[in-house]
Amino acid sequence: MSEMLIQVQGLYYHYPDGTAALEDVSFTIHRGEKVGLIGPNGAGKSTLLLHLNGILRSSSGQITIDGLPLTERSLRQIRAQVGLVFQNPDDQLFSTYVHQDVAFGPLHMGLPDAEVERRVEQALEAVGMRGAAGRISFHLSGGEKKRIAIATVLSMQPKILILDEPSSGLDPRGRRSLIQLLASFTDQTLLISTHDMRLAYDLCSRVIVLDEGKIAADGPAADLLTDAILMERHGLESVGHV
Amino acid sequence: MQFNVKDRPSMGDTPLHALDPRMKLVVAVLLIVGIVLTPERALPAYPLLWALVASLAVIGRVGVWRLARLGTVALPFALAGLTLLFTTPGQPLATVGGLTISDAGLLRFVSILIKSWLATQVSILLSLTTPFTDLLGALESLGIPQTLVLITSFLYRYVFTLNDEADRLRQARASRSAAPTYGRGGGRWWWRAQVAGGMIGNLFLRSTERSERVYAAMLARGFSGQMRAIAPPPLTWRAALPGLLPLLGLIVIEVLARLWWNG
Repeated sequence: MSEMLIQVQGLYYHYPDGTAALEDVSFTIHRGEKVGLIGPNGAGKSTLLLHLNGILRSSSGQITIDGLPLTERSLRQIRAQVGLVFQNPDDQLFSTYVHQDVAFGPLHMGLPDAEVERRVEQALEAVGMRGAAGRISFHLSGGEKKRIAIATVLSMQPKILILDEPSSGLDPRGRRSLIQLLASFTDQTLLISTHDMRLAYDLCSRVIVLDEGKIAADGPAADLLTDAILMERHGLESVGHV
Repeated sequence: MQFNVKDRPSMGDTPLHALDPRMKLVVAVLLIVGIVLTPERALPAYPLLWALVASLAVIGRVGVWRLARLGTVALPFALAGLTLLFTTPGQPLATVGGLTISDAGLLRFVSILIKSWLATQVSILLSLTTPFTDLLGALESLGIPQTLVLITSFLYRYVFTLNDEADRLRQARASRSAAPTYGRGGGRWWWRAQVAGGMIGNLFLRSTERSERVYAAMLARGFSGQMRAIAPPPLTWRAALPGLLPLLGLIVIEVLARLWWNG
């Protein structure tokens, strides 16, 4: 078995009002794996993702990233390794210019200016947005914003890239080109939360089904996503045979 | 609003655009202070100050008349000085509704109008020839607390997003604000006011939630309370020198105003 990159063990989380959001969630993701996290609205997908880099902290359960247990002290180290792309790019792109946003992560990692510039260039290149550094984030189209949002995280060169609903709000062409973009990250470990079964099917080798805060299934994408009964039981749709 | 934040050219290649933003900010502040401190009786100084501002506008390829028009945006605030007309002791000129206008009061009021018009032009010229982020960077390197600079930059970033959000709310209301086939629609004013109040509250909640998501996105990328940016290049004498020219002009005008025209 290859190296374990993410280990989650017995994770519980309750919303401030007491509602259970995550109950005894455990899974492991290995280096280079591409995993889809699927489940109906309110299943706890986003909540789970926010735990993986310590934005939300649970009272019980253990998260280990590349051998490093997530604690108050390791928080900043872990955030450099776990790149989280939020669902709404308007939340992710908070600077005026694209360049500032892509440079934000590397600057906070304390990298020297020259290295920051190099990484900004690389990240923009990787998402096919070379030359966009001087543009104003607000003026970008939805698809472009998505790409830049991914670049803001790629510039930190994280060990794992986590995307929350990457295809939401994109038109078919934007969605297609996003899938191609994500497919081009061959060595990158990916965890993608989505309702887009087709996207999960095209990109992921494995899927985890989350429903009502519990893991309902975990297995090869080709098996789970085509299992009509399983998908329907969890408010999802199966991918037709191809 | 006459002065729209969205119409911001800022990408020219004139000497004014090229001047280091830190120097530009300092020059602009000094010009404004100089204009404000001009003795009110030194009437010949005002056209000269305007000529100074206008020549800067020409250098920056901002239309002189356009700038003059934009400069009027702050005039309503100068009306706060209206009471000076009546309260400043001096020779009575006229009586309006039982209140007496003095000559000294008139002079003071007019000079305030002119000064605020000129000072506004200077700051608009600065904002038209400097990209907003450069301006923020200049503020920060001149020692303005980072928190204030940060708040301003977020304001600039999200004012459009917020505006879009408000537009969507308005559209949602408009598309359901149908009139009945017979009779007058629209509801009572008290009900309409409640709807508007609800919309404002809604906008506030949406913004608060957004700010929490933005903050989470910052944390996810390692934010620890301190904003970092790529260090600006050091300010050299060569870069700062052209900024001294308008200051020289200002000094000449102010010296004349104090020595000759202040009689």
